[in-house]
Amino acid sequence: MSFLVLDRVSKGFGPPEARREVLRGVDLSVEQGEIVAIVGYSGAGKSTLLHLVSGLLGPDTGSVRLDGRTIEGPGPDRGVVFQNYSLLPWLTVAENIRLAVDSVFPGWTEAQRAEQVDRHIHLVNLTPARDRRPGELSGGMRQRVSVARALAMDPRILLLDEPLGALDALTRGTLQDEISRICRASGKTVVLITNDPDEGILMADRIIPLSAGPGATLGPSFPVVLDPTRDRRALNHDPRFKALRAEVVAWLMGPGARPAVSVSRKLILPDLEPEDLEIPRSLIGGRRRPRRRSEERRETVDLNP
Amino acid sequence: MKKIHWESVLMPLVGIALTLLAWQMISGRTVTRSLADGTVEEVRLGWVQDLPGPVQTWEKTRKYVVEPFAKREELDQGILRFTWYSLVIVAKGYAIALILGTPMGFLLGLSATFSKMFDPIIQVLRPVSPLAWMPLGVVLFANAGKSANELAALFTIAVCAMWPTVLNTAVGVRAIPQDYLNVARVLKLSRTQTLFRIMIPATLPYMFTGYRLSLGIAWLVIVAVEMLTGRIGIGNFLWNEYNNGLYTSIVLCIVTIGLVGFSLDRAMSLLERRFKGIL
Repeated sequence: MSFLVLDRVSKGFGPPEARREVLRGVDLSVEQGEIVAIVGYSGAGKSTLLHLVSGLLGPDTGSVRLDGRTIEGPGPDRGVVFQNYSLLPWLTVAENIRLAVDSVFPGWTEAQRAEQVDRHIHLVNLTPARDRRPGELSGGMRQRVSVARALAMDPRILLLDEPLGALDALTRGTLQDEISRICRASGKTVVLITNDPDEGILMADRIIPLSAGPGATLGPSFPVVLDPTRDRRALNHDPRFKALRAEVVAWLMGPGARPAVSVSRKLILPDLEPEDLEIPRSLIGGRRRPRRRSEERRETVDLNP
Repeated sequence: MKKIHWESVLMPLVGIALTLLAWQMISGRTVTRSLADGTVEEVRLGWVQDLPGPVQTWEKTRKYVVEPFAKREELDQGILRFTWYSLVIVAKGYAIALILGTPMGFLLGLSATFSKMFDPIIQVLRPVSPLAWMPLGVVLFANAGKSANELAALFTIAVCAMWPTVLNTAVGVRAIPQDYLNVARVLKLSRTQTLFRIMIPATLPYMFTGYRLSLGIAWLVIVAVEMLTGRIGIGNFLWNEYNNGLYTSIVLCIVTIGLVGFSLDRAMSLLERRFKGIL
């Protein structure tokens, strides 16, 4: 049996009458020590899929199992690197990692914890920045801290949620190599979410496309058969790389593409007349937007014509 | 070292000078004139006859200013000594407001039910003037004997100054990014740990905005409270001098109250900015 198993998993959001199904019948199995990339459109439900594994969300139907045990909630055995870093801005680099180490290894001595923190800061080459706060770091450095924090928890599986999505192309390239190296060196099982097929091919052992939502599901899995060093300059001319990318993209554009649908939605147009402040607003909580029914219009948009 | 712009120092001084000049021009002055029968009469002349000008104010009230901590009699003390009495009671009332207001804000921010239940009540109590709370405070603590006045004063300050803290803390708690809470969940932090290591630090900037506004209100309330209860302090001094017809002292009190309020606000906003800088 595989290390991580998703079995007919579905997940939707919203009230029963207006439910939006994000994932439908997702099957996935990941072996121990494997690096798997899941590639898909923005908004397809990639992050939802990852949150099901992290336990931050629970599946509506189906089950998620790690090493045979059903995942009930979040826990430190699954290290998450969030899309927007999620570092605590009032703590320094070392303190952010220390918070994780303290909560995961309560039985350790002070020296052991300090060593764990220092080793992981060194692992991501941030030793000179250990006492700086996230606000003083670049995006790439913050993401490295986030990776270090996840690894310092010594998780059984590492979940990377579009870790490089917010970075510029050049930083992205360097960090792809670096995170790839760290992940491989750690020998951990890794699930990487990305919207860039190249990134998936470059970093993973296996790449699985996720179809466009609603009701997204995983496509066939494409094994990456390239030399593990993956020099990015050589790779650009490697015919196997090109063929693999073409296959993945072809699936995403073909079977995995969004079916043509039209969406009808309510629009609120801006009013050129000044707002009437005499109109009573919602007393308790409520959105503080005056009712201007006259401005409501319905609009129908064809998606993917 | 940051470069100091001469304009930011000079322009306020020019403004102060112009204001003093205008004040001097519109205020009244005392003129002595001899009448035909040989008696001497003092009359007030000027646009606003009873308003003492800056020069007159300084001459009449300098004994309070040059010896700011002197205590000659119970009702004749240096201006900063009076201010100190007021500040002490403000500090106590303010502390009560923060101790009650902060947890209340956390409850409102954390629980939607709690918020729906109590938000309307808070919105109704918030605009009530200190002058309205004061008599209730006096009644509530009427049996407290010697400290009745003090307790009534503390009650009024606390109940008036609490609301900005409550509301800002609640807003701050609601504004905690979900990401931080996700981190807490992934790390399996306990409830207490989540509160102290994630929620309170994330809310601090909002809390300090509330604290600053609360301090402003507490200082506003003290004058009214002292006038009504007769506690010794700057508001009480102002009221006594009004009853004695010494209008120069009133002006001195107004200026002092303003300066103290300004300093308190500045001090708090420095603190506030420190916490905002981190986030």
